[in-house]
Amino acid sequence: MILYSLLALAYAFLYLPIVVMVIFSFNASRLVTVWGGFSTKWYGELLHDEKVLDAAWLSLKVAMTSATMATVLGTLAAVVLVRFHRFAGRTLFSGLVTAPLVMPEVITGLALLLLFVAMEHSFGWPAGRSMTTLVIAHATFSLSFVTVVVRSRLAQMDLSLEEAAMDLGARPLTVFMSVTLPLIAPALLAGWLLAFTLSIDDVVISAFVSGPGATPLPIVIFSKVRLGVSPEINALATIVVALVGVAMAIAGRVALNREHARPA
Amino acid sequence: MASPTPHQPWTDPQAVPLIRFEGVSKRFGDFVAVEKVDLSIFRGEFFSLLGASGCGKTTLLRMLAGFETPSNGKIFIDGVEMTGIPPYERPVNMMFQSYALFPHMTVAQNVGFGLKQDGLPKARIADKVKAVLDLVQMGKFATRKPHQLSGGQRQRVALARCLAKEPKVLLLDEPLAALDKKLREQTQLELVNIQNRVGITFVMVTHDQGEAMTMSSRIGVMNTGLIQQVGTPVDIYEYPGSRFVADFIGAANMFEGSVTVDSPDHVTTTCPELEHDLTIAHGDSVPVGSPVTVMVRPEKMAVSRDKPAEGLNWAKGVISDIAYLGDVSTYHVRLASGRKVQVLQTNLRHTDEQPLTWDDPVYLGWHPANALVLTR
Amino acid sequence: MTPRLGRFLVGLPPYAWLALFFLVPFLIVLKISLSEPAAGIPPYMPLWEWGEGAALEIRATLASYAGLFGDELYAYAYVNSIRIAGIATLGCLLIGYPAAYAIARSPTAWRQSLLLLVALPFWTSFLIRVYAWIGILKTEGLLNALLLGLGVITEPLQILQTDLAVIIGMTYSYLPFMVLPLYATLEKMDLSLLEAAADLGCKPHQAFLAVTLPLSVPGIVAGSLLVFIPAVGEFVIPDLLGGPDTLMIGKVLWAEFFDNRDWPMASAVAVAMLVVLVVPIMLIQSARSKAEESEG
Repeated sequence: MILYSLLALAYAFLYLPIVVMVIFSFNASRLVTVWGGFSTKWYGELLHDEKVLDAAWLSLKVAMTSATMATVLGTLAAVVLVRFHRFAGRTLFSGLVTAPLVMPEVITGLALLLLFVAMEHSFGWPAGRSMTTLVIAHATFSLSFVTVVVRSRLAQMDLSLEEAAMDLGARPLTVFMSVTLPLIAPALLAGWLLAFTLSIDDVVISAFVSGPGATPLPIVIFSKVRLGVSPEINALATIVVALVGVAMAIAGRVALNREHARPA
Repeated sequence: MASPTPHQPWTDPQAVPLIRFEGVSKRFGDFVAVEKVDLSIFRGEFFSLLGASGCGKTTLLRMLAGFETPSNGKIFIDGVEMTGIPPYERPVNMMFQSYALFPHMTVAQNVGFGLKQDGLPKARIADKVKAVLDLVQMGKFATRKPHQLSGGQRQRVALARCLAKEPKVLLLDEPLAALDKKLREQTQLELVNIQNRVGITFVMVTHDQGEAMTMSSRIGVMNTGLIQQVGTPVDIYEYPGSRFVADFIGAANMFEGSVTVDSPDHVTTTCPELEHDLTIAHGDSVPVGSPVTVMVRPEKMAVSRDKPAEGLNWAKGVISDIAYLGDVSTYHVRLASGRKVQVLQTNLRHTDEQPLTWDDPVYLGWHPANALVLTR
Repeated sequence: MTPRLGRFLVGLPPYAWLALFFLVPFLIVLKISLSEPAAGIPPYMPLWEWGEGAALEIRATLASYAGLFGDELYAYAYVNSIRIAGIATLGCLLIGYPAAYAIARSPTAWRQSLLLLVALPFWTSFLIRVYAWIGILKTEGLLNALLLGLGVITEPLQILQTDLAVIIGMTYSYLPFMVLPLYATLEKMDLSLLEAAADLGCKPHQAFLAVTLPLSVPGIVAGSLLVFIPAVGEFVIPDLLGGPDTLMIGKVLWAEFFDNRDWPMASAVAVAMLVVLVVPIMLIQSARSKAEESEG
C-alpha cells in the first residue's frame, strides 16, 4: 500500500505542473497566484500573434520533413544492423547510429552549426541558417531514435517469414516490400511519431542551426519564457498538451484494437 | 507403407536421380555442420533425413532450398547445378517448421503468394488456390487470417502454399513437430496420401524415427554432419550398417566379441559376456579373429523357463525387471556375467498359467538369422 | 543486381548521412578548438593556409585550452555540472525506483497503462514542462503562496534562480528515463526467486535487499546514465530555472558561442565536456550493444 502511495506521489509530481498550467491558461488575471475568473482571452491573443503562427507552421513543416527523412534513413540503418552481420566499418557504423542518443544537445548543435558554416564557406551551400539546416539537423539526431525502435521490431521478426517469401519466388526487394515492410509498419509509425515529437520540441539544436529567417516555435517560446511567465504561453502549452492527449488516445485505441484482433 | 506398389528406382543402376549431392560440406567457422555428403534422391520419393538436433540435417535441407551455400561440393536438381542460384529461382519449395505463414495476409493470399510471384493472371491464381485448398480440406477457411486458425489448420495452409507452386521437390522441415501426438499420427498418413496424389518428390527433415519409418520411401540417418546410412525403413531397422544406426533406430542388445569361424552361410563368434558361442546366419564375410559386435533386437528373442531347441542361440539368466506396457512387456534379464539383456514379449493371453516374475531363472533364445554382425 | 551491390545500396544512405552530418562535424569542432579567435565571419582564423611560395602554414594554438584550464570559472562550471547532475540522478532514482517497482508488481493488465502514464509527459513539450515550474517556484509563485497560506513560512522562499530549482527541474524532466529501464529489469525478474528467499527464511525487506536490489543493478546503472549524461550538458533547465550564479557547462558553452562569439573557446568547452562524459557514454553504449546482440 505504501508502494502505491509512492507511485501516486510520483504521478502527482509528473502531472501537477501540467495541470496547474492548463488551469491558469484560462485565468483572466496575468498573475499566477490570483484567480481573476475564467477567460479564453489568452487563446485569442495567441491566435493573432503572427510570429507564433509563422513559427508553428515552420515547426510543423520541419517536423514532418525531418521525421520522414529520419524514418527512411533510420529504417535502412536498422536493416543494416540487424540483417548484415559482417561488413567493413560495422563497429564505426553502429557507434555512429547510437551516439546521437546520448550526445548532449549543446555539443550536437554546435558541431552541426560549425559544419554548416564550413560547408557554406567552402562551396556556398547551405546558404545561411534556414529550414534546410533545421531539417538536416533534426533528421540526424532523430534518425537514431527511429533506428532503435525499428531495430528491436526487426530483430523480433521471424526470419523464416522472409525466407518463405524468397522460397516462393519473391526477389529481395519484393520480399522487403510485401512481407518485411507490412510487418514492421507499426514500428515505422512509432518511429515517425517519435522523430516528429523530438523535432517539434527541440530547443537547443534548433537554436544553433536556425536563423533570423527561420525561427521554429520552440525558439519563439523560449525567448518569451526567458522573460518570465506569460498566460499566452500557458494557452499554447495547453493546446500542445491537448493535441498530444488526443494523438495518444488514438494511438492507444489502435494498439488496443490490434490486441483484440489477436487472441493468441 | 508409402506406396502400395513398391517403386524402387534406387535399385536400378540406370535410374537418373532428381536430386544429387556430390561431396557437399558446410562449415560455419570452425564448426562442421555437414561433411562430404554424397546422396541421390529419385523422382517421386518420400525421403527423410533423420537425426538428433545438430546433426546437420536441417543445414542439408537449407542448402537444397538455397538459404545456405555449400562450402564444398555441388548440388544438382533435375540435372541443373544449383551453385549461385538464389532461393527464388529454385524449383523447390519449403514448408517451414514454424510454418512461416504471413500474418498480415489471408489464407488465400498466403497460398497465392508464390503464384503471384510467377506472374500468373489473377483468375488462374484464384482457381489454383481453390484447388489446392480443397486438396488439403481448407477450402472453407480461405478468407481467414493465420492467427484465426488452429495449429493443424496452419500446417495444412503451409503445405498448400508449397503445393500451389507445383515444385519439383517439396522440402519439409519438421512438418509435424508443432502438432500434438494424436493429430501428428493422423497427419502422417494424410501427408503420405497427398504426396501419392500429387506425385511431387518430398524431402523431409525429422528427429522422430517413428515418423520417418511411417512416412518414408527411404531414410538417410545422419550424425555429426555425416550420412551414416541410407535405406528403406526395413533396411535401416533390420540391417543397420553400424553400431550407431543399430542403437539410434529402435532398441538393440549388442554383444562385443570376436570371430572364431567364418563359413559361407554363417559366422561363429565368441563373446566374453555370454557362456556360449553365437552363430549368426547373416552379414558379410568377416576374417577369423576380428573384433565384431553382435546385435539382436529385443523382439527377436524369446524368453522362457525351458531351454530353447537345438540350433538356436541361447543364454541363461534371471529376470531383474519387467516393464509391463499392456500390449507388450519388456523383460530385463541379468546373465551370469552380470550383463543385462532386453527382451520384448507380446502379451498374448489374459493369464499365463504361471506368469514370469521377478527373480525367475529363464532362458533366452534366438534364431541365427535374427542376429547381425556389425563391424563399424 | 548482385546481393553485394544490393546491400551496399541499402547501407550507403544512412552511413554516408551519419558520416557527413555526425562524424565530420565533430572533427570540425576539434579543429576549431585549436584555432585562434578572430573578429569576422566565421569568427576564427583558418587552421592552415597556403602562405607565400606555396608553403603550408599551420597555425594551431592551444590558447583556448589554456584559457579553459587557466580560469577557475570553467573548472567550477564543470564540477558544478557534475554535482547538480549527480544530485538530480539520485533524485530520479529515489522517486523512480519505488514507482518502477510498484508498476512491475501491479496486475499485468494495468502495467502498460501505468507505464504509458510515466512516458506521456515526455511526449508533451520539454520546454513547456520546464516552464511550468517557473510559475510554481517563483517568489510570488504557487508553492510560496501555498506555504504562506498554511503558515509554514512567514517569508517567501527564494527557490527559483537557485541550484535547487535546477535540480527539481532536472529530476522532473528526466524521471521517465529512469523509470523505463528500471521497470524493464524489475519486470523481467522471476518472482519465484522471492518465494525461494522467503522459503529459506528471508523477511520481505531482507529478500528485497538480498535478491531484488542486486538483480536490478543493471536497470539502476542504465537509468542513472540515461539521466546523468544529458543532465551534465543541460542548457534549458539551468537557463530558465537557475540564477546568474548557477554555472553549468552547457550554459558556459552557450554563452561563449552566442554572447562572446568566441567559437574556438566554445569548441574547446565542447571537447572538454566530451572528455568528461566519455566514460559514462562508453558504458551506456556497451550495455546497449550487449542488450541488442542478445536480442537478435
